[in-house]
Amino acid sequence: MNFLLAAAANTPAAAPAGFQFTPALGMFLSFVLVTLGITYWSARKSTGASNYFAAGRGITAWQNGLAVAGDYMSAASFLGIAGMIAFKGYDGFMYSVGWLVAYLTVLLVVAEPLRNAGKYTMADVLAYRLSPRPVRAMAALSTLTVSTFYMIAQMVGAGALVKLLLPGVGYEWAVTGVGVLMIVYVVFGGMLATTWVQIIKAILLMSGSLFLSILVLKHFDYSFVKFFEAVGKVPVVVDGAVVHKDFLKPGLIFGLEVTKGWGPIDLISLGLALVFGTAGLPHVLVRFYTVPDAKTARISVVWAMAIIGAFYIMTTFLGFGAATILTPANISVENMSAPLLAKALGGEIFFAFISAVAFATILAVVAGLTISASTSFAHDFYTNVLHHGTERAPGEEVRVARIAAFVVGAVAILLAIKLQTINVAFLVGLAFAVAASANLPVIVLSLFWKRFNTAGAVWGLGVGLVGSIVLIILSPSVMDPSGKGLIHAAPWFPLKNPGIVSIPLGFLAAWIATLMSNDRTSETKFAELTVRANTGLGSEKATSH
Amino acid sequence: MPEQPTPDRDLTAAVSAETDVARLGHSSPPPAHEQTADEDADVADWDRVMVMPEFGALLKAKIAFIVPATLFFTVYYFALPVLVGWFPELMEKRLGPVNVAYVFALSQFFMAWAVAFVYVRKAAKFDDQANAIIAQLDTPKGGQPK
Repeated sequence: MNFLLAAAANTPAAAPAGFQFTPALGMFLSFVLVTLGITYWSARKSTGASNYFAAGRGITAWQNGLAVAGDYMSAASFLGIAGMIAFKGYDGFMYSVGWLVAYLTVLLVVAEPLRNAGKYTMADVLAYRLSPRPVRAMAALSTLTVSTFYMIAQMVGAGALVKLLLPGVGYEWAVTGVGVLMIVYVVFGGMLATTWVQIIKAILLMSGSLFLSILVLKHFDYSFVKFFEAVGKVPVVVDGAVVHKDFLKPGLIFGLEVTKGWGPIDLISLGLALVFGTAGLPHVLVRFYTVPDAKTARISVVWAMAIIGAFYIMTTFLGFGAATILTPANISVENMSAPLLAKALGGEIFFAFISAVAFATILAVVAGLTISASTSFAHDFYTNVLHHGTERAPGEEVRVARIAAFVVGAVAILLAIKLQTINVAFLVGLAFAVAASANLPVIVLSLFWKRFNTAGAVWGLGVGLVGSIVLIILSPSVMDPSGKGLIHAAPWFPLKNPGIVSIPLGFLAAWIATLMSNDRTSETKFAELTVRANTGLGSEKATSH
Repeated sequence: MPEQPTPDRDLTAAVSAETDVARLGHSSPPPAHEQTADEDADVADWDRVMVMPEFGALLKAKIAFIVPATLFFTVYYFALPVLVGWFPELMEKRLGPVNVAYVFALSQFFMAWAVAFVYVRKAAKFDDQANAIIAQLDTPKGGQPK
């Protein structure tokens, strides 16, 4: 790394015009080199379906805990929430809380039964009792929708970030670079490479945030009292005059006045989508197939909760630190709060490190999304829906998944370039809403309700998916009279987060459709699913290397 | 369309293959009517386990923990937006250098860790119960003892 930095210092004039070799670029390139090395190593081990899709089920609890955290903590959390706290104070922190509490649903309800009863995807659990083809087709559709929305949001974010962090690298190049890397990780390295990219990212993100938090506290002589005194009077420019605001006071984002009374309900709606959606996110769920058994899956969730919780507590130090030390008036763009704070407290090299962490963050998340989408396409749709559950040639499923990963990645690159100028932050909310309204009701009912049947699953998935999308389109995120959204008109639905309506809709549709149908065949296999889910009898074993 | 044999694959049995009878052209499990008795045997007699009193006790113990725990964390978590949204005066009360709102939000993290910790301890007992059930099933359906 040092020689890269030295090169950067010595040869700025040699670089082509408009392109600067900055320390940030150097650190980013070293991350790329290390992860490509891991991909090369993984590629030799990723032969066979269970190695390719589930890393041979040989990932240990702490490794999977780090990987879950790396899969989950997106740049939206790292840069977005830190920025929100820096600009809006307390309400940004309230946003953080739900991202951790959500893991209790994963831990208590979903992780272990899923590991015990499934193979590669969420739909494996549904297919046990229900008619496999319609259910898998709908589950694959929902998985691909969630993953694609989430991926586009991440990639547009990556492109925007590059403009700020690496001056001279264009938006298209940044999006293409991120896209090509994620394709390489997934196509060649499979789940094993993806897992290690996520582990490294989690370690980088945690050490970067920890160091930055310590620097913030050092600035206040390691005194929480002094720190919170400063948070109590942050200078903010209002109408050209500087006023001091208490950033611990709630209400700047979700308060009744600023949101015409809808704020608290919108926040509850967001909370519902987080608490029920995380346990339905395909890229999080597939991680539990990479461990040897349900007990390891459980311990890995606890590891993930320790890491994710510690990270979100640190967002207050990053955000409040930026608010007090830099003050909002001196931060150009909200998302740049954490990197600029790093520059102010730790100098150019630490800024470079934090920027590289931001890239690593995006890459790890999009790689996880790509592999879950391609696994679902190959395993659920291609093998089980189109070919009735039999591979026509050895290794076909993996081959199809590799092609699917390539196609998904290419489509994401093209869409991200097309959508460059549009505010796509709502796509993350949409992904969570679909996961909470379509996936989770069907997983839960399939595991716990004997009477639940195929019609219920298909309608639950369909109504949850379509309901979330329609409500988002009618919401202020898309319909905005000021012209910031896709549609220039007054919103028909007052909430930005549809969860409070769409989640009950998903459950209701699944329940009504079940009762309307006379299909009782699903009840015969309820005993098998219950016994498998609760004892681990007959669960998929780790392959020996 | 009948499946065409692909010329680039050698369909004869490999030396020391798991079976000396190669499934010509099929890498996937055979259809039900072609399965040998060994392949046909299920992992366990699910219905038998389902009615075992030990299994009933395991399910009951799990429900007795998971349902109240889920209700507890849901109520605790949604109390935050409700209190902050509709009772801001209460939440803005000072508590030393911070206020009630910050302490309550921070407490959510410790609540989540505490619930996870208690669950992991409970789950160790569930594991013991499940292992005891599996140990009782030494004789799989239609097969010899393991």
